Amino acid sequence: MNMNRRFFMKTLAVTSALLASAQSFAAWPKAAFAAKTKDDAIATAIGSTPIDAGDKIKIKAPPIAENGQVVPVTITSTLDNVTNITIFAADNPNPLSATFTLTEHVDAKITTKIKMAKTSDIIAVVKANGVDYIASKNVKVTKGGCGG
Amino acid sequence: MARSTIKIRGTLKEGQAKIRSLIAHPMETGRRTNKDTGNLIPAHFIQEVLCELNGTTVLTAQWGQSISKNPTLFFDLKKVKAGDTFKMSWTDNQGKKDSAEGVITPKGKKGKFRI
Repeated sequence: MNMNRRFFMKTLAVTSALLASAQSFAAWPKAAFAAKTKDDAIATAIGSTPIDAGDKIKIKAPPIAENGQVVPVTITSTLDNVTNITIFAADNPNPLSATFTLTEHVDAKITTKIKMAKTSDIIAVVKANGVDYIASKNVKVTKGGCGG
Repeated sequence: MARSTIKIRGTLKEGQAKIRSLIAHPMETGRRTNKDTGNLIPAHFIQEVLCELNGTTVLTAQWGQSISKNPTLFFDLKKVKAGDTFKMSWTDNQGKKDSAEGVITPKGKKGKFRI
């Protein structure tokens, strides 16, 4: 374990962090997670232009997050047959945070904690019956969660 | 064997299981610097979380660096009964993995269970 760590430290002196983690999981959508802008990330991860969800997607997050390291987010949707829930933090260095693949056994309600670099929108894209819906909510961050 | 990094708590009521899980993991973004050496701390984060009920995948999560340290994942499972087996496993970008598996045995009025 120590050896491993040292090896990584050395590698990192010359390559970027992202390159060092290139031994990634096969199914893990690397391009989408590496996208640097919100629009890029949405385009790569979703692959279509999502339509506005109105009140069918609810994002529960604190309006002001004191610590950007830990921002609790709950995505709830009243849409039927939800198959995917994707969470973006718009102004993060890599906006795509997480994507969840649901089955009929799971309710369209997911809670997790994300990091936010600065004040920005949390964007949720929910795929239901093959159609993508989008919703967003602004969260003010007083202390960033990336870098430091 | 070392203690599992995954903690699962939940309640089972009328076929619906509320799952609350906590994974102990550093979730390094690869953007922080080690203050002593000035080097970047290598990225180390969970990429995939898999939840299975009786051997069938019910939920897959793919995560990036921007999930918090010691991540939590809460969700509700439908059509669950006492005695079902629930399994959760993760794989990170350094190829490490861990899993927790157990039988859902609700106790008390609220149907609390832990795995």
